[in-house]
Amino acid sequence: MNNPEQSFGKDLLGLKDLSATQIEKILDTAKTMKFILSQKNKKTGHLVGKSIVTLFYENSTRTRLSFELAAKYMSASASGVSSTNSSVLKGENLIDTAKTIDAMGTDVIVVRHPMSGAANLIAKSVNAGVINAGDGMNEHPTQALLDMFTITEKKGRVKGLRVAIVGDALHSRVVRSNIWGLTKLGAEVSIGAPATLLPPDIAKMGAKVYNSVQEAIVDADVVMALRMQNERQKSGLYPTAAEYAHFFGINENRIKLAKNDALIMHPGPINRGLELSSSVADCENSVINEQVTNGVAIRMAVLYLYTRGREV
Amino acid sequence: MITVRTIIKNGRVIDPANNIDGEYDIYIEKGVIEEVGKNLDYSGADINLINARGKIVAPGLVDMHCHLREPGQEYKEDIETGTRSAAAGGFTSVACMPNTQPIADNVAVVEFIKSRAESVGYVNVFPIGAVTKGSLGAELAEIGKLKFAGVVAISDDGKPIVNDSIMRNALNYAKTFDTVVISHCEVPALSDGGAMNEGYMSTYLGLRGISSAAEDIMVARDIILAKTTNSAIHIAHVSTKGAVELIRQAKKEGVRVTCETCPHYFTLTEDAVEGYNTNAKMNPPLRTKEDREAIIQALADGTIDVIATDHAPHHIDEKNCEFDRAQNGIIGFETALSLGITYLVKNNILTMNELIEKMSYAPSKIIGISKGALSEGKSADIVIIDENKKRIIDVNKFHSKSKNSPYDGYELSGAVLYTIVGGKIVVRDGILL
Repeated sequence: MNNPEQSFGKDLLGLKDLSATQIEKILDTAKTMKFILSQKNKKTGHLVGKSIVTLFYENSTRTRLSFELAAKYMSASASGVSSTNSSVLKGENLIDTAKTIDAMGTDVIVVRHPMSGAANLIAKSVNAGVINAGDGMNEHPTQALLDMFTITEKKGRVKGLRVAIVGDALHSRVVRSNIWGLTKLGAEVSIGAPATLLPPDIAKMGAKVYNSVQEAIVDADVVMALRMQNERQKSGLYPTAAEYAHFFGINENRIKLAKNDALIMHPGPINRGLELSSSVADCENSVINEQVTNGVAIRMAVLYLYTRGREV
Repeated sequence: MITVRTIIKNGRVIDPANNIDGEYDIYIEKGVIEEVGKNLDYSGADINLINARGKIVAPGLVDMHCHLREPGQEYKEDIETGTRSAAAGGFTSVACMPNTQPIADNVAVVEFIKSRAESVGYVNVFPIGAVTKGSLGAELAEIGKLKFAGVVAISDDGKPIVNDSIMRNALNYAKTFDTVVISHCEVPALSDGGAMNEGYMSTYLGLRGISSAAEDIMVARDIILAKTTNSAIHIAHVSTKGAVELIRQAKKEGVRVTCETCPHYFTLTEDAVEGYNTNAKMNPPLRTKEDREAIIQALADGTIDVIATDHAPHHIDEKNCEFDRAQNGIIGFETALSLGITYLVKNNILTMNELIEKMSYAPSKIIGISKGALSEGKSADIVIIDENKKRIIDVNKFHSKSKNSPYDGYELSGAVLYTIVGGKIVVRDGILL
């Protein structure tokens, strides 16, 4: 690497560890990857001879598939292990499972796990590069990268934009990665949620925090709704779905507070009618499906950059 | 090695129980302190002479809160290794919590612990019995029988007694047998699923937080119950500013409340968790800088009576794992004294005299054992300390079976030169025999 600022370490664990320059390099590389994706023949040799393994301890449709397709489009071999079809069910611990995958000559392990810090733990235990595909409530770096890529594509920049993120921030790794990334690139991030769904002191991460959606989304250039993570919630943090939708859901009336051309985003899967009304999810400013396409491009860029660095 | 006669010459003898702090000699015969005085003149070829000039000679340290893991979890620690570790740290008496397997909620387990300690123990072991059967918080254990079997306190440590009525009955009933209840203060509904202190750090790491309210509310409840039943309660491992303030106020009002903190709460904060360091995971969790300062202040003003270790050995596999899955607790015998000297005495928070008191005489009084003093006629439990000697902590050199300490690599002041238990030299020249 000529520019050390643009080089990457062994692992992508979170955006809290990356510099603005590194993030921009990934976004830039993803542009090339998106071009490749638009071709009739989606095959490049970037990762010939590389082996990528996805290790998923949580259910996933888009993240897992997009990593596997990204690897295959670039001629890597891609294999998947999940906690429900492996020795995990026989009681094997995380480190042993990761070392087993490592011992088979794997270049990159893409890991998703319900516990925060799981990717860090694996990274310390294996020679392979580790890409965090979501760990507990900590980070989901490639999701935030694809969000920033989508914003840049539509708005031409991230710097100076007002990005409102609305919903279950407490349980969200997406919100944490987005705050780290967006603020590093110079966006102004505001969070809107009932106090029961806000992580303590989240303002210290650099976001403005509001207990009303209205205040959070006023004049926003981007409105991102977060999925209500009922599966991670312990007890009643909000009374009913109807009350939540009434006060905090993004619907066609409320969205008028944002700028006219505000992008509508959601990391998926959507709880329609809860955090996002169908009319907003499917409106012409919605880029939810493009986020999915861009997810493949970002994961191609990440796999490429994090394997290339290791050959030098 | 049993030495029939020993004389410790010219040390700075610190004995808070007898208001002694000065240069004295101590003469020991047949395991008993025969005389403490100036320029003692005992001669004879059979006398073992220890020159303690420039060193501190103090009552052997007393830890009223530790986990020896035997019976049931000998892969973590056992009574032999645990008491070796204690001796290496200058402790001559330890009180072990009843959360063994099976739980020490009955005479048989208490008798077993006592007999194991008798045969393999390096220091005096005082069992603590359970408050409730199986420490399940539902029915009282046979507290009277436990007391007569030799327990020095009762506690369901690790598990709070949630039911207010049962706690009230426990306090009242224990009073009948003049036994102190040691309370692990935590509202489980509030801490549920939490892995560290709730605050910016838990947000930063994406870990579920435990609010200080989980501790403070239970401390308040226990104080109220102790007050209304006029019973003695001892609050274990105090970690929050709120708990300290409640206890300070209760003491002013004359409530029979005492409390302890542990070295980790006056040396570390939640920041130690960064990087998902499982050796910084304990319950209660490491708190904020503000809490740590309140703990230090409460040690200085006497609100906190005791420094206990909460020595909690865990196997490497129980720590080298996902943070959420890691066991709570750290080992403490072999670092406690040095941490006290380095962070409290050297920083002028406590005098050496006060530190010794909080680590020997004060806990002895609370659990009602005749230890922690250098009185003539008492069993010769003595520690000799070089307060200025620097040591670099190396967990691999610990005598405990487990290595789960966050202090690996720390440079600390203060080293144990001698540990003498009942006249028997267990540590000599800093080496565990």
